[in-house]
Amino acid sequence: MNSTTDSKKRLDLHFPKHFTIILVIAIILLVVSIITSLMLGARVVSYQELMDGLFYTNQDSYGANVVRKRISRTIFSLCCGVALGIAGVLMQAVTRNPLADPSILGVNTGATLFVVCGITFFNITTAGEYIWLALIGASITAVFVFGIGSMGRGGATPIKLLLAGAATSAALSSLVTAIIIPSAYAQDQFRFWQVGSVGSGNWDSIKIFIPFLIVGLFIAFLSAPALNALALGDDVATSLGIRPGVLRFFAIVAGVVLCGTATALAGPIGFIGLLATHAMRFVIGPDLRFLIPMSALAGAIILTFSDVVGRLIASPGELEVGILTAFIGAPILIILAKKSKVRSL
Amino acid sequence: MGNTHSFRADKLFSGYDNKTIIQGIDLEIPKNKISVIIGANGCGKSTLLKTVAKLIKPSEGDVTLDGKAINKYPPKQLARILGILPQSPVVPEGITVADLVGRGRFPHQSLFSGWSKKDYEAVEEAMEFMNITEFANHDIDELSGGQRQRVWIAMALAQQTDILLLDEPTTFLDITYQVEILDLLTSLNRKYGTTIVMVLHDINLSARYADYIFALHKGELVAEGKPSDVITTDLVKSIFDLNCVVIQDPISDTPLVIPKGRYHVKS
Ligand SMILES: Nc1ncnc2c1ncn2[C@@H]1O[C@H](COP(=O)(O)OP(=O)(O)O)[C@@H](O)[C@H]1O
Ligand SMILES: [Mg+2]
Repeated sequence: MNSTTDSKKRLDLHFPKHFTIILVIAIILLVVSIITSLMLGARVVSYQELMDGLFYTNQDSYGANVVRKRISRTIFSLCCGVALGIAGVLMQAVTRNPLADPSILGVNTGATLFVVCGITFFNITTAGEYIWLALIGASITAVFVFGIGSMGRGGATPIKLLLAGAATSAALSSLVTAIIIPSAYAQDQFRFWQVGSVGSGNWDSIKIFIPFLIVGLFIAFLSAPALNALALGDDVATSLGIRPGVLRFFAIVAGVVLCGTATALAGPIGFIGLLATHAMRFVIGPDLRFLIPMSALAGAIILTFSDVVGRLIASPGELEVGILTAFIGAPILIILAKKSKVRSL
Repeated sequence: MGNTHSFRADKLFSGYDNKTIIQGIDLEIPKNKISVIIGANGCGKSTLLKTVAKLIKPSEGDVTLDGKAINKYPPKQLARILGILPQSPVVPEGITVADLVGRGRFPHQSLFSGWSKKDYEAVEEAMEFMNITEFANHDIDELSGGQRQRVWIAMALAQQTDILLLDEPTTFLDITYQVEILDLLTSLNRKYGTTIVMVLHDINLSARYADYIFALHKGELVAEGKPSDVITTDLVKSIFDLNCVVIQDPISDTPLVIPKGRYHVKS
């Protein structure tokens, strides 16, 4: 055996099986999701209009303008998908719980509550202000749910976290309702935001999003090898030179920043993290150095496609993407929860 | 080959919450040797091992490596010298053998560096050593208990520490695999001079494979030394509350404990 086949074999061992082909398929799906998102909707544009809208700024046809409007929506949806996909994979890694997802753990309901309070009591209207409220709400909820979920014997077991998250989420949702019912103004403001939607995404929200997205991605990528070690249990991780508490803190911060920002800008969109991570773990396995970027990709693809489907089935109106992801996500969560093999990672 | 690390504990007390399990233990781990901790169930063997490995913070006393308290080391630096394989590590679903063994390289990698040639070599060497190369791209779930345990030890070997602690590496394995694992650990010790400290539940295998024995009873160190000096009828009676005779192992000349029960005793 010569040294090139040797080093190729060596690399293959430390790459997920069939990684290249899976990456290629994912990129193709991403491109298809982007193109359909630009072309489909209440007004279906032609190929020519698509090209005009993208590359010929002097073309001023109606179709070209529709495409241009959809560019920001599409980019925004990709950002949200990436953020939610990574938030999901981080939450799962930190809790060693395959069912963890920002929506299931109540984190984005917490963000919602704070934003609603801001709208109702402080007349907050701009996305830049929503963000900070959402982040605070998401953080407090994360701490709270992990706190309750870790009580008692055995630490934060999957089922305890799930119950704590569901209970917290239900309580917070009813608070949200209680706060907005008496206020006509809040109801008005809140209506478009109550169900997650990427339709409101514009260049301004993308500009606000980017710095938070970069911070979250940066922490997620850097902590991937350490999170891989944490997957072997706290004792093994400690033996490998990790401080589990510090690592969990950073990973949760990144997860909360990503999920909180997406929630502030798009409204609550559930299950993306769960769907993206599970799909990817199924095909490439549990190595987080690959799973984190691939879940980001999968999150972007799933959210963008869901948005397109939402536009098509309710045409000429549109169905908010948050409703759609809940419809797809909830049954899958039930299937996963029943599958005994995923009770713990 | 060999290492010169001095590894010791002084007046060590530790336990869980308010419950003190380890009651003031002093010990010095013999360099380049295989030490085995023996004692009855629940006497604190795992607690002691975890405390000297920094997995549990002692309530009093110090664990020192080369004269410096282990909690004063940067964690990754310590992890390049001292490794522990706990009794029940978590197996992520769907993980391959090579992936799991590779995770042992973590302390040798920095935040921004990827995998170096040395990392790949260390993983290959560890898999080779534990005879699991042929399974490298298999899922752990497909392996038998004995093979799986070899994978975990390979993970700890890939870490390339001079001191390796193992908590009951042979429990739940058939006798054949127990001997296989202990032979492999002995080869490791002979080849690299790795200082090994482990908890074993089988006193006869302990007597055969240990260069040095630490006997624990209710959180106290009651005897230590070479197996032939330590393992006696009296010691077995006091720590296991078992009547026995101790004869010479016909294979290794080490002590062999023959238990006396209430039945089947010839008159
Ligand atoms: N995580 C824990 N929390 C509280 N008590 C524990 C824990 N682990 C072990 N113990 C108790 O500490 C004592 C010693 O346990 P351990 O060191 O595991 O014993 P051994 O390994 O010798 O069987 C036992 O009484 C056990 O019940
Ligand atoms: Mg034990």
